[in-house]
Amino acid sequence: MIIDSITIIGGYNKKDEKEPVEKIDINRGEIFGVVGATGSGKSSLIGDIEQLSQADTFSKRKILVNGEEPSYEDRTNPRKKMVAQLSQNMNFLADMSVGDFLSLHAKCRGASDKCVNAVINLANTLTGEPIKKDHELTILSGGQSRALMVADVAIISDSPIVLIDEIENAGIRKHDALKVLSGHGKIVMVVTHDPVLALMTDRRVVMKNGGMDKVVGTSEAEKSLSKKLNKIDEFMLSLRDKVRHGEVIEDVEMGDIGL
Amino acid sequence: MKMVIVAGTPGSGKTAVLIHALRNLKQRNLNSAVVKIDCLFTDDGKKFEKIGIPTKVGLAMDMCPDHFAIYNIEDMIDWADENDSEYLIIETAGLCHRCAPYTVNSLGVCVIDATSGPNTPLKVGPFLSTADIAVITKGDMISQAEREIFRERILEVNPHCKVIEANGLSGQGCIELAEEIIKSPEVSLEDEKLRHSAPLAVCTLCVGETKVNKKYHRGILRRIDGFQTYEGE
Repeated sequence: MIIDSITIIGGYNKKDEKEPVEKIDINRGEIFGVVGATGSGKSSLIGDIEQLSQADTFSKRKILVNGEEPSYEDRTNPRKKMVAQLSQNMNFLADMSVGDFLSLHAKCRGASDKCVNAVINLANTLTGEPIKKDHELTILSGGQSRALMVADVAIISDSPIVLIDEIENAGIRKHDALKVLSGHGKIVMVVTHDPVLALMTDRRVVMKNGGMDKVVGTSEAEKSLSKKLNKIDEFMLSLRDKVRHGEVIEDVEMGDIGL
Repeated sequence: MKMVIVAGTPGSGKTAVLIHALRNLKQRNLNSAVVKIDCLFTDDGKKFEKIGIPTKVGLAMDMCPDHFAIYNIEDMIDWADENDSEYLIIETAGLCHRCAPYTVNSLGVCVIDATSGPNTPLKVGPFLSTADIAVITKGDMISQAEREIFRERILEVNPHCKVIEANGLSGQGCIELAEEIIKSPEVSLEDEKLRHSAPLAVCTLCVGETKVNKKYHRGILRRIDGFQTYEGE
């Protein structure tokens, strides 16, 4: 199914008041942020989108797809799931090698076996530690796992909507990860406290008391700041690699960041 | 009377998912009653009572817990009637999964934990393959890819079941389960049957034998190399 847009129609916040934001349209290829304090309702907004709720959850929000209410069948048939998720709490638990696992997943989604190498290659552009086909899935590091999940969602899962829940500490190139996903024509929603991610979105909704409080468009100044933050992030990743490989970091050249 | 039989591995989240679904029925002014079956001990009954649902606990003790549940169905229905409940929910102990405790006209719900590995759906047998609904829990703890594989494996074993991905903590997916409970058929006990026969279970262990050696065992016996025999009169 091709999804050009999803629409969130506001419901009620935790105090049973109407949400200040009545309606948000999010388009294909767009990266949309969800920000707010802990307990402000970010995860429940993501939950509503995951189930394409029709005023049947606590928030009473409605989610439209291409401007229309999705059918009961489209919402509940597991093979038609429109939403894929990535979160900090997810782990690989399957006792298999990376290669076997990806070909099993490809088979389940009716995709070709050729994807396996494509996924691994893409994942390796997102993390400093190369993933190999014969690695055991369960021994991958946090960064490798996250990178593999991103690449797998981009290539094998054909769900047009991707929900990302706080991947800040993952040790991957976050900037590139988001680009990879939106570049595959997906609608990407990212829950985050991390300015590197929040400022690279096109717009972000601010959550408060369980309701959508306002929508902030990312300004030009923020976008150029985002590029600088990304360079700092890359720099931190390179230091991380050095530490990992037993190098001693006594002095860093701040000029290396290239701000 | 509508009857829902819920089976699932221990710790898979049967009670948590049911609490959310039954709370939803209650909000719609639909009366349900729960019977929780377990072997030796359970305090799940209190959790249902807490949300104001009539609850009865049945401990099977030395009897097979699934057999105990089936044997007592008439009494459970009578009890639910006395409580003016339209929906009788039976939560089984959920142990070996070789038995499928669902009856033909009940709504058979199988709760299965996604973290138990992608081969689990292939291992569990009729408890999944004869269910009407497979509720997958703990999907938020595994990768999207594993979720999709798990879901596909379930549909391989039971192509006609409805799959619901639920979260016992947040209650996500449980309203969908409540909808299915409401849609389920009426059940009457005349001619009600099990969907699947239980394994052949009359054996020496059943009558109290504790010795391990082969020579002490009688009944239908199957060797690890696949040879099956009958020892006895």
